[in-house]
Amino acid sequence: MKIERGDIELAGVCKSFDGVTNVVDGVNLKIEDGAYCCFIGPSGCGKTTILRMIAGHEDPSAGEIVIGGQNVVGLPPVERRTAMMFQSYALFPHLTVRDNIAFALRVRGMSKTERLKAADAMIEKVRLTKFADRLPSHLSGGQQQRVALARAAITGPKVLLLDEPLSALDEQLRVQMRQELRRMQRELGITFIHVTHTQLEAIALADLVVVMDNGRIKQAGPAREVYAQPLDRYVAEFMGGQNVLSGRVEKVNGATFTLVQPVQGAGIEVPLQARKISVGDSVDIAVRRDDVELMRPDAQLPPGRAAALSARVLAIEYQGAFVKVMLDAIPDDEFVAYVPEKTFFSDPLNVGDVVLATWVADRARALA
Amino acid sequence: MQSSPGLPRTKSPSRANLSGWLYVTPLIAVLVPFFVAPILVVLAASFFQTDGFGGLTPGFTLSNYIEVLHSALTLKLYLATIKFTFFTWLFTLVIGFFVAYFLVFHVRNQLLAIGLFLVCTVPFWTSNIIRMISWIPLLGKEGLINAGLMSAHVINQPLEVLLFSDLAVVIAYVHQLTIFMIVPIFNAMARIDKRVIEAAVDAGASRFDIMRHIVVPMSKSGIALGTIFVVSIVMGDFFVVKVMSGGGSASVVSAFYEDVGVLQYPTAAASAVLLTLVLVAIVALILRTVDIRQEIAR
Repeated sequence: MKIERGDIELAGVCKSFDGVTNVVDGVNLKIEDGAYCCFIGPSGCGKTTILRMIAGHEDPSAGEIVIGGQNVVGLPPVERRTAMMFQSYALFPHLTVRDNIAFALRVRGMSKTERLKAADAMIEKVRLTKFADRLPSHLSGGQQQRVALARAAITGPKVLLLDEPLSALDEQLRVQMRQELRRMQRELGITFIHVTHTQLEAIALADLVVVMDNGRIKQAGPAREVYAQPLDRYVAEFMGGQNVLSGRVEKVNGATFTLVQPVQGAGIEVPLQARKISVGDSVDIAVRRDDVELMRPDAQLPPGRAAALSARVLAIEYQGAFVKVMLDAIPDDEFVAYVPEKTFFSDPLNVGDVVLATWVADRARALA
Repeated sequence: MQSSPGLPRTKSPSRANLSGWLYVTPLIAVLVPFFVAPILVVLAASFFQTDGFGGLTPGFTLSNYIEVLHSALTLKLYLATIKFTFFTWLFTLVIGFFVAYFLVFHVRNQLLAIGLFLVCTVPFWTSNIIRMISWIPLLGKEGLINAGLMSAHVINQPLEVLLFSDLAVVIAYVHQLTIFMIVPIFNAMARIDKRVIEAAVDAGASRFDIMRHIVVPMSKSGIALGTIFVVSIVMGDFFVVKVMSGGGSASVVSAFYEDVGVLQYPTAAASAVLLTLVLVAIVALILRTVDIRQEIAR
């Protein structure tokens, strides 16, 4: 049976290299055909191993990998209709751009004229026509990346696997190539699985973001969901943009509960959101950094505010569109407010000022 | 010192020049007395005349060269030498390539690979002469191979071709020189990024495709270096030919060694100069085929 679709299902996939610890530990995931999926996590979290198992360069110790309805465990890469773009590209250094791209067709026994024609068409698609006869070492990082992409795409795979494709590029080029990857993915209409450790890259590109830690999936969902509604402390902290506070539940009152913190006297009101929470529980909550408003201590608090944490300004960083204000609202942990530039400069704060950090009550979320 | 060594601009050109010469002094101190001077002496001697009893008359004559080039023996000797060189090269290349390939791509454990690599050098723990003598109990008329084949009734008479023959010469050379192929090829292969191999697998290449399209082209510099080692050693040697052929075969060098023995220094010198030129031409040809500098810089 030939694989014609690029939908992927991982069922209970485990991988252990030493037979003792699982690098990938029971991963279950469904990726739709034609989706752009990003695996994100710190180094050593197992994301590259998952990619290599889908590609067929590594066999899972347990579990199934299904591509286009067929279990592919044990099949060589060619029969999976996958192609991999390697970290730092792994181009053939002794072959020209054209021969690099035509390599897969050459080993499939396609005639020379035919394969060079196909390669030239692909070269045009990645806009490298001028460089077709150059060796990889005579290309810039961005051009090498395009060669790698073209080489992977030439066989018409249903799934393209990209291992940290942008990590070798400098910042500006990275943003540019990010667009290019997305454009290629739409153009080819196939599934892309992209491994990265950069949050911005993941949420900018992906339809499906998969956050991993220690061989397990912490959260998988659309970019906005993972960023705005992290399930637990790990995801909230890893994806960034959130302040995480912990405390003890003081009372539960209908649709909300009140959290008390060891240092801040006043309680914080948090919506319950169908969570089962009882008095005395230890709970983490997250508040988006751009939901935090800063007020002078003497200002009148508008209604509907959940809390007013009194804090001192530790540092201020200008970021262009907003100003990052770091506060000592919670001990041992960061508490940051992203204040819109215009708001900030209408009443600029200084390091050492005492402020009240506050937010609209229903913006806080209880974490698992 | 006042000026910082990291700023060559502050040095005057003549001083920079001087320090440049200082860097190469050790090399010059070795090369000039032990390499350049002897070659010049040989070159000069090849134009001298002799009285036939070892005495040399300084002068300039081409008669030595004419004698060497006109002799039918010279061609025969070169053909014999080239035959030994070719077969030795072929076998050392095939064996060396696959040993290096095995060590680099099939031995996963790096410690084991280094250990096996060192095992390849074991033959060099004894002297060349002992190594060659030790072939006799193996290849000789009553040697292990003949005895084994006889007792298995594969043959009725011992094979004479095994020892004191051209075959024996090539066997001894291959045994002696395979390491000179393994080392540079191993070195070139070890520098191949494993992800490049994986990328080829990903593209659907078979093991043979990978060897043909990736490993061989990327080991070219090692193959070229090994070839230079083997070719120049075989063409410059006479001892193995003398011992292993039992005096039945000769090579270019063994012929002019005989010349030296009968005090024909100028003819020997002329032959030596001729051989040097041939070797230089061969090495130049190899370097033209494979741009070693570019391959290594890549």
